[in-house]
Amino acid sequence: MNSSPQRSLLRFLTCGSVDDGKSTLIGRLLYDTKSIFEDQYEAIKTSSEQRGEQGVNLALLTDGLRAEREQGITIDVAYRYFSTPNRKFIIADTPGHIQYTRNMVTGASSANLAIILIDARHGLTEQTNRHSLIASLIGIKHVVVCINKMDLVGYKKELFEQIRSDYEQFSSKLQIVDVQFIPISALNGDNVVDKSANMPWYGGSTLLYLLENIHVSGDENLIDCRFPVQYIIRPMNDEYHDYRGYAGKVAGGIFKKGDIVMALPSGFVSKIKSINTADGELDEAEPGMSVTLLLEDDIDISRGDMLVRENNQPSNGQDIDMMICWLNEKKLVVGGKYAIKHTTQDARCVVRDVHYKININTLHRIEDDKNIGLNDIGRISIRTTRPLFFDSYRKNRHTGSMILIDEATNETVGAGMII
Amino acid sequence: MPTKNIYLKELESESIYVLREVAAQFERSALLFSGGKDSIVLSYLAKKAFAPAKIPFPLMHIDTGHNFPETLTYRDEWVKKIDARLIVKNVQDSIDKGRAKEEKGYNASRNLLQTVTLLDAIEELKLDCCMGGARRDEEKARAKERFFSHRDEFGQWNPKNQRPELWDLFNGRKNMGEHFRVFPLSNWTELDIWQYIKEENIPLPNLYFTHQREVIERDGQLLAKSDFLNLRETEKGKMMQVRFRTIGDMTCTGAVLSEASTIDEIVAEVAASRVTERGTRSDDKRSETAMEDRKKAGYF
Ligand SMILES: Nc1nc2c(ncn2[C@@H]2O[C@H](COP(=O)(O)OP(=O)(O)O)[C@@H](O)[C@H]2O)c(=O)[nH]1
Repeated sequence: MNSSPQRSLLRFLTCGSVDDGKSTLIGRLLYDTKSIFEDQYEAIKTSSEQRGEQGVNLALLTDGLRAEREQGITIDVAYRYFSTPNRKFIIADTPGHIQYTRNMVTGASSANLAIILIDARHGLTEQTNRHSLIASLIGIKHVVVCINKMDLVGYKKELFEQIRSDYEQFSSKLQIVDVQFIPISALNGDNVVDKSANMPWYGGSTLLYLLENIHVSGDENLIDCRFPVQYIIRPMNDEYHDYRGYAGKVAGGIFKKGDIVMALPSGFVSKIKSINTADGELDEAEPGMSVTLLLEDDIDISRGDMLVRENNQPSNGQDIDMMICWLNEKKLVVGGKYAIKHTTQDARCVVRDVHYKININTLHRIEDDKNIGLNDIGRISIRTTRPLFFDSYRKNRHTGSMILIDEATNETVGAGMII
Repeated sequence: MPTKNIYLKELESESIYVLREVAAQFERSALLFSGGKDSIVLSYLAKKAFAPAKIPFPLMHIDTGHNFPETLTYRDEWVKKIDARLIVKNVQDSIDKGRAKEEKGYNASRNLLQTVTLLDAIEELKLDCCMGGARRDEEKARAKERFFSHRDEFGQWNPKNQRPELWDLFNGRKNMGEHFRVFPLSNWTELDIWQYIKEENIPLPNLYFTHQREVIERDGQLLAKSDFLNLRETEKGKMMQVRFRTIGDMTCTGAVLSEASTIDEIVAEVAASRVTERGTRSDDKRSETAMEDRKKAGYF
């Protein structure tokens, strides 16, 4: 396989209700890009035969665990991989049921793009709305609406156009920047990898072409410099006697050698002496890169601190408002205390107030029921035990997100997006 | 030559982030080292993650006693090269102590017994985290594995109650006696690993390259003839030109016919390959959910 150095990574998520054809579509993408191996193919062929299905059921490729196979549904996030000479793809495959909102949120949190499947025979459903809302809330900027099973509706253009305009009307209320529509048949492969001969009226690109070519590099915040310190590297040997490196992943902006930076919370200012990696020094580091920063001055910095620009600082405070998606059977408790993880910081918080819950099918605010239970999304206020440095989630997904942890069970119970 | 390939750089960055997170969140971790290419790449990345300091955790080899001799030679050289500390725990000791029972028959392997030795080592050394080189693309049950995978006090994995893992916020909190398995290479595929080995010029055990070897053909697999393999009367060794795609025990790691003698040739072969690397492992063929069952019990 030839792979050009420009070949980048795209992480996307697939959403649809049960039976919309999600597994079939993923199977199709894997199969048509030759990402399926013979033994995997043989295994699903045997399973298909044992189940008395006609043909090879590509959907079986993505059905992982035994419990799921028994129930015939996907119940957790599973990750799939395929690549083409242009890109490597990571698919977060998440279930569609309402009771699995938490899984979708999980899969979406690291994705750049969401594929939303609609069964052409049914058009928009409550699930479509919910998936789109969650995608928008979790900050996905690109949505590809695949109108599937076109073969069952005679490949009719009018139907596609109708669903498209219905969706556009609905999604105008959301904050998704880029929405595209493709009529497909996952089962037969129309417009998935190859252009469909059955829909000459469709002038757009195939799904794979779109996935290969979509630009997502602009999704990161390249302006506001944020470097959460993750780990301190101190060799403590003769050769590197005074070496003190601040290791971490750039969460925003571009850090350059020679930049003046400020350490939070101390407020000390210093200059970047060098940006190190095991492969040598770099002139600059951009979001997503794991590097080690060395400063000119010996100032006291530890894990959880953040390096920023003096004239561009994040918010700093203990009272934080956020949208929360609840991930646990035990309901959120107002007045309850939780542990939090935010960037590389650990802290604790108390939940002050629930402002409203969202009806995730209609987007309406529910103000009279403030019970936030499993799979609910709502707006809350918290107060933290010590000041955090944060941005709004819209501005920066890394410095604007946090998880809430139940201190008794240590389970991750809430996913917060700072407003 | 460090890689210039953008997607490999991204994967590398992600793995380094996870390795540093382990060092920051856990007190006593170890990197499970088998001598296979995945754990080689993982330890190579660990070296990068903490350079110029030493890797802040030891490598741990659960030695079944059925290794290829080449693996052990490589292991000792590699550990020196990356300046790491090595801990070896022997399955034989677990057997001698009566903690584990040797399988019988022609397909006997010590693969499952490793779990006992590993869990004992975790308890003895009070490890709170073991890193492994497993990848999600390897096998169906692995596709849902988290980066940070929580294990109860019996070392068991509960696939139905995994902690949700959001953004890059890893929750490594646990109670006494519990531990974590962490998989920094989760998002790599077999081809990514090879591509990376090639671009970074990472040395490998020569088992991965073509060589002449006496093999036994069994159930469509080519197994290396060795003292550890119980032969049926009808089975005869045959010299063949082979290499290995994965490295595990001599008893269950199948060879493939191959002329590939350089990484480039291996990359080309893997890219064109039509069988997954796990397809050469008889331990996975025992049942359709073999891996899931082993993982629940505390396997790697
Ligand atoms: N006719 C037709 N059937 C499809 C298409 N896509 C999926 N299906 C069928 O719809 C059913 C549900 O598909 P599946 O992929 O399992 O749906 P999932 O629940 O969303 O993963 C299966 O019987 C598929 O064969 C399509 O494009 N055309």
